[in-house]
Amino acid sequence: MIRFEHVNKWYGAYQALVDVNETIAKGEVVVLCGPSGSGKSTLIRTLNRLEPIEGGRIEIDGKDIHAPGTDVNALRSRIGFVFQQFNLFPHMTALQNCTLAPVRLGRLSPAQADEQGRALLERVGLAHKADAYPAELSGGQQQRVAIARALAQKPPLMLFDEPTSALDPEMVGEVLTVIRGLASDGMTMICVTHEMGFAREVADRVLFMDAGKVLERATPADFFLRPQHPRAQQFLADIRSPFGNG
Amino acid sequence: MLELIDTYWLYFLVGQYPNGPLGGLALTLALASLGLLLAMPLGLILGVARLSPWRALRWPVTALVFVVRGTPLLMVIFWAYFFLPTLTGAKTSQFGTMLIALVIFDGVYLAEIVRAGIVGLGRGQVEAARSLGLSHVQALRHVLLPQALRHMLPSLVNQFVSTIKETSLGYIIGLSEVSFIATQINTQVFTKPTQVYLCLGLTYFLLCFGLSRFAYWVEARVAARGRRRPLAGAPA
Repeated sequence: MIRFEHVNKWYGAYQALVDVNETIAKGEVVVLCGPSGSGKSTLIRTLNRLEPIEGGRIEIDGKDIHAPGTDVNALRSRIGFVFQQFNLFPHMTALQNCTLAPVRLGRLSPAQADEQGRALLERVGLAHKADAYPAELSGGQQQRVAIARALAQKPPLMLFDEPTSALDPEMVGEVLTVIRGLASDGMTMICVTHEMGFAREVADRVLFMDAGKVLERATPADFFLRPQHPRAQQFLADIRSPFGNG
Repeated sequence: MLELIDTYWLYFLVGQYPNGPLGGLALTLALASLGLLLAMPLGLILGVARLSPWRALRWPVTALVFVVRGTPLLMVIFWAYFFLPTLTGAKTSQFGTMLIALVIFDGVYLAEIVRAGIVGLGRGQVEAARSLGLSHVQALRHVLLPQALRHMLPSLVNQFVSTIKETSLGYIIGLSEVSFIATQINTQVFTKPTQVYLCLGLTYFLLCFGLSRFAYWVEARVAARGRRRPLAGAPA
């Protein structure tokens, strides 16, 4: 479904992605992990063209999405994107956040969008908050609304950019439960996360990145028990005992 | 002082009207309100154009903004007065000249306020809107501008107050707005400049003070609604 071929990206002189080659199958759940600044977020942001690339190609369903003349808005409307900082629209209710795009893009009538929006909020456990504004919701609730908003386009692909990193610890679980539910429904997803328990349980595959390169690709069991690359071994050691072994 | 007001109040308020053209405070008010009414949409368009992804739109507008911002209003008035007629071939009235100058000058300043209001929202809101598949224009219309306009309210009022005061420069091209009329009165009375200009100053002050009080009131109302609809970045 997704194919990266020799993808390279620079921020000025700094190379953010170095010759990335990867294929992701339909229905696959992939967890991207690695130290901060390793290019994980950049990589998924190239998939909906929030970031341009300078070399190589990225195909979704056989189409080169960075080719000139690609309809960017149509591409993006088929990819759900969930941000670390939620980025809900603060001047709209939870429900309005979920109905804006389907109505404005002419996919649904306002009444249909309303019905769908309520169903999606129900699915993330927030039916009772449909008329609340984002600032009236907790971080975990905001992120669940953001997931519902992304789902409102019925995207075949969902991208999560550190969806729980901005949350208080007690709210991480509720968001992961929602994402886990999507994974078990067979949705194709790529999730940048440091939640290793979640990765082990939900991912079909783990990709480890460092300095813009994909250094390791493995099943969660192999990755956590038998990491091959020294950088991956170091990374796992660091997150397991952040204060060192002394 | 009372005698002065008693003699000249009507002249001060409307100029020679109805025996001549409308002038005085009425003309000042007409100029300021029309100026604001036209500068606001222009500022909105220019401000949005400054952020446009299309260079053909962004660059000329950016150039205009830099030129006008780097020029005193008086220069803009002179251009409108001397240069515009040679360009169009038609003589513009003093009122029309002043209105054009004000609309261009304030439109540019309003454009910068609009631009800052949108940029101040941060990347997250644009990215969220665009990643849903909304176009640049849809993102502006439904996501960015509704939020930015509320943030901009205090700066907009500042600019409106400036506009009222700027109308006094119409004096320089002989527009019979209230400052011009006050000067005429001063010439006729000759002995009471303090009183004449005190009245003029008080008039401007009351206008501007009234407008800012009104703006505070509007702001408080928006804020009261904001307790139910808080702004971006407010703690959850």
